[in-house]
Amino acid sequence: MPSPADRLYTKEHEWVQMEDTVGTVGITDYAQDQLGDIVYVKLPPVGQQVRQMEPFGEIESVKAVADLYAPVSGEVVEVNGELEERPELVNQDPYGRGWMIRIRLADRAELANLLTAQQYDDYIAQGADA
Amino acid sequence: MRFAIGRPDPKEAQTGERLSMDMSRPGRRALDLPPLDVPEAPPPPSHLLRTSLRLPELSQNEVVRYFLSLSRLNYSVDSGFYPLGSCTMKYNPKVNEEVASLPGFAHVHPLQQRHTIQGALYLMFHLQELLCRITGMDSSSLAPAAGAQGELAGMLMIKAFLRDHGQSQRNVVLVPDSAHGTNPASAAMAGFQVVTIPSNAQGNVDLEALRETLGPQVAAVMLTIPSTLGLFEPNIQQIAQMVHEAGALLYGDGANQNAFLGRARFGDMGFDVVHLNLHKTFAAPHGGGGPGAGPVCCKSHLAPYLPTPVVEQTDEGFRLTSPPRSIGRLLAFWGHFTVLVRAYAYIRALGEEGLKAVSTHAVVNANYVRTRLKGAYHLPYDRPCLHEVVFSTVRQKAKGVKALDIAKRLIDYGFHPPTMYFPLTVPEALMIEPTETESKENLDAFCEAMLAIAREAEECPEVVREAPHTTPLARLDEATAARRPILHWQGG
Repeated sequence: MPSPADRLYTKEHEWVQMEDTVGTVGITDYAQDQLGDIVYVKLPPVGQQVRQMEPFGEIESVKAVADLYAPVSGEVVEVNGELEERPELVNQDPYGRGWMIRIRLADRAELANLLTAQQYDDYIAQGADA
Repeated sequence: MRFAIGRPDPKEAQTGERLSMDMSRPGRRALDLPPLDVPEAPPPPSHLLRTSLRLPELSQNEVVRYFLSLSRLNYSVDSGFYPLGSCTMKYNPKVNEEVASLPGFAHVHPLQQRHTIQGALYLMFHLQELLCRITGMDSSSLAPAAGAQGELAGMLMIKAFLRDHGQSQRNVVLVPDSAHGTNPASAAMAGFQVVTIPSNAQGNVDLEALRETLGPQVAAVMLTIPSTLGLFEPNIQQIAQMVHEAGALLYGDGANQNAFLGRARFGDMGFDVVHLNLHKTFAAPHGGGGPGAGPVCCKSHLAPYLPTPVVEQTDEGFRLTSPPRSIGRLLAFWGHFTVLVRAYAYIRALGEEGLKAVSTHAVVNANYVRTRLKGAYHLPYDRPCLHEVVFSTVRQKAKGVKALDIAKRLIDYGFHPPTMYFPLTVPEALMIEPTETESKENLDAFCEAMLAIAREAEECPEVVREAPHTTPLARLDEATAARRPILHWQGG
């Protein structure tokens, strides 16, 4: 299935959906499938500054632990607290209720570093590592 | 369906499913205490007492049967083949246990006066020397309690060395993506920033990527050799030269020394410091979480920084000492002494030729498994391996059968599953390390099981997806167990 075209992607399999200056961040369907059953998501507190392509949290599945990379720099303005009790939402609805954080964008120019849905789908079709 | 030996009889195992709390009956006791023959002391004040401490009340034979039935559900290297990659689950000779339980070793106290423990210190001193000979290094310390602590020790030694040489700005450690997962963690714990170096298509370190990343900020490169792909790094001498020319040091993860024991030495390859896992390569039992031992061996320029203690020989016998610029202590007392006894006994019993035979058989066995299974399972790096081989079950995944399912199905055939989903660079990885202690018949039985499972994945994938079928409990819900763990008795 093609990735949703209404957002941008990283090669580390995060997505960001922009609304004005705030971007909602999650991981892709491909990433949740590769990771398998998610058991824990560690997210930063509201107010923390994150930098593009630096880790903002960790995700743990029955198979592995992986870093979560920030698609854009800025301040964390909201965190999906529901994942604390229900990390399986990342598996069930990675593009919806499985969202992780919202970042107030520091530099709009950074969006140019991200992949479009088409570019991301081509990237995983070439056999990217999860 | 065909099953191999060693599977538990589900009926027999049934008692293991009952919890001791279920069997509890009020007033039942395992022991009768003699009548009180001292004055009765008043109980502690009531505000200090727990209102209810729910313990099972059982008779002695119920307790014995309960724990015996649980123990019979265990799988160990003494019950069967245990090809858990990267863990070197070799058979551990029982004579080592006998030696480690000799009173002179088992009953000494770490604070005894040194003239009363010269035998124990003799053993430690000579083990230090033997490990230096095996690794081609100048000095060693037996202090680290496990492999990862050995890594941390090595990183702290490098940090102290650089500080003493006015190179404190070097705060980056490079770790190839085929390294043990503990390597980046150890470097980070020692206060370094970790940068990952990719592997190339052959599974070797990408030399161009390494060249670009080496620079005045780089303190060290941590190399696992052989890598977690079970592959030797053919460019190791060139890598050592590049690292040293850039002013950095080379750390070796020698946890899987089983691959070239007695045949190649870290010191000769250009490493500055290396750790060994005595509980893997040198046959101390492990798998239950220890105790282990992860000695560090180094070249002379790092010797002043070795962790405390090291044993030295003086005119008045052996003594424990602290190297002049030591990074200090890693744990209480002197390391896991009886693990050291087992390793020493193992090395002395095998001798030089015996140790060479260990690596010969470990490598031949892994390549035998590689060759027998490569028609049925995808082999991402199709070249001779060392002590272990990594397959990918991507072919089976097309039928909806994952590496996890194949691992679970192996339990039905009587085998411990291999390591799954590691290394991370291989999708659907199964990492198989047969070790040197298995016969050809055992390897054949394992390979036949793997081939049968590959056929099942084609013909009746649901049998594999729903495995195991022969254990007291079927597929456990690991995700819910991790998401919402129940850690104590929930009954009334």
